Amino acid sequence: MSKTHVTTTINGTRTEFLCEANETLLTVLRDRLHLTGAKEGCGSGDCGACSVTLNGRLVASCLVLGVEAEGAEITTVEGMAEGGELHPLQQKFLDLAALQCGVCTPGILVAAKALLEKNPDPSEQEVRYWLAGNLCRCTGYDKIIKAVLAAAADLRGAA
Amino acid sequence: MESGNMRYLAPKTVTEAAQLLADSDGIARVLAGGTDLLVQMKAETIAPDLLVDIKHIPGMREITAEAGGWRIGAAVPGAHISEHAGLKADWPGVVEAAALIGSTQVQGRASIVGNLCNASPAADSVPALVAADARVQITGPKGTRDCAVIEIPVGPGKTTLQRGEIVTAVLLPARTGIGADACLRFIPRTEMDIAVCSAAVNVTLDESGRCSAARVALGAVAPVVLLVEEAADILVGSRLDRATLERLQSVCSKAARPIDDKRGTAEFRREVVGVMARRAARLAAERATAKAGEKA
Repeated sequence: MSKTHVTTTINGTRTEFLCEANETLLTVLRDRLHLTGAKEGCGSGDCGACSVTLNGRLVASCLVLGVEAEGAEITTVEGMAEGGELHPLQQKFLDLAALQCGVCTPGILVAAKALLEKNPDPSEQEVRYWLAGNLCRCTGYDKIIKAVLAAAADLRGAA
Repeated sequence: MESGNMRYLAPKTVTEAAQLLADSDGIARVLAGGTDLLVQMKAETIAPDLLVDIKHIPGMREITAEAGGWRIGAAVPGAHISEHAGLKADWPGVVEAAALIGSTQVQGRASIVGNLCNASPAADSVPALVAADARVQITGPKGTRDCAVIEIPVGPGKTTLQRGEIVTAVLLPARTGIGADACLRFIPRTEMDIAVCSAAVNVTLDESGRCSAARVALGAVAPVVLLVEEAADILVGSRLDRATLERLQSVCSKAARPIDDKRGTAEFRREVVGVMARRAARLAAERATAKAGEKA
């Protein structure tokens, strides 16, 4: 089967790749483009470890086909830090120890960034609901929620 | 994922899309949000030979005002529906039902047309669409038709759609008079679960605050969504007072024909679906009354 040529924009950079019609965007990102931040947890859209944004919407990249990325704008966790400087969410996750094994972290960072772009001042409950599709087996979530709220406060202060 | 020879096509017109589906000699599927389809492909419960992505067809990703009501394109994701103020003002129950589907990530892709065509008895958005008396527009090899949402699913995973037919939009009717809807779902936790049961109620009030029209739909308590006309009859003419709502609860519990499964027993579902219906009716009435207050 011939591969499909796809032209897309990933983290602001025009990117081209070839993929099979049945390959997920997650597989393309990890195995063809070597952007291994997004993780495969469940492969069925339940765990959120593969979260990226597609044309501004938060999605599970395991439930998107690579061929659907034609003409789209994609952002991944690799696009969060600017140069050597971590995004405030990333910094707060380190400062407040909001991760242990780290497998869920890229997805949670991408999801939390999408939340703060939509709602710069979320309540704790809003953060918890927004991140309900991001599973973490280590932290018990409290530190994650605190880090997101702290980063939101920092970002509002900086604005 | 198997199906290594699968073809993916993204036509620019709905006629072309319908023709591709009709002409396919293997298993062909429409791809909108993909949140059910890709899971089924991954689980190898389906191995399509052809996917027809409808997202590049004009209008599929748009919500537009039409004939006093609303047209929601077949590939509009839940997140877009939740952000639409006009739709929310007219059909708050439909909007809250659409928002029940999956996580934030799923909301970024999943469409209510996909939710309908997947034909799960527990589909989150379908009871509210039925209560709203929503219709769907369908294009197939023989042209375009439309039908009521309730006529689409006929059982778990089964629909009345014919080969080559594509549901292109949900059409929500114009609100006549002062009305509102509400939809509630019972799950054992607060997010990310499949309905044990659900209920949607749509009411219209006359100028004196009396209910002049109503539709009541129940989800996950039968192979398809149930439209309970006897329950609606109880509401019509009433002031949606406590005694009326208690009768509504009892009728809805009796109308349910649930099964026992891992999510709940039939007995539990019958009980709880009545409670969901009563609460949804109260919520719809409160919303309608608030609208009446705004207009006064």
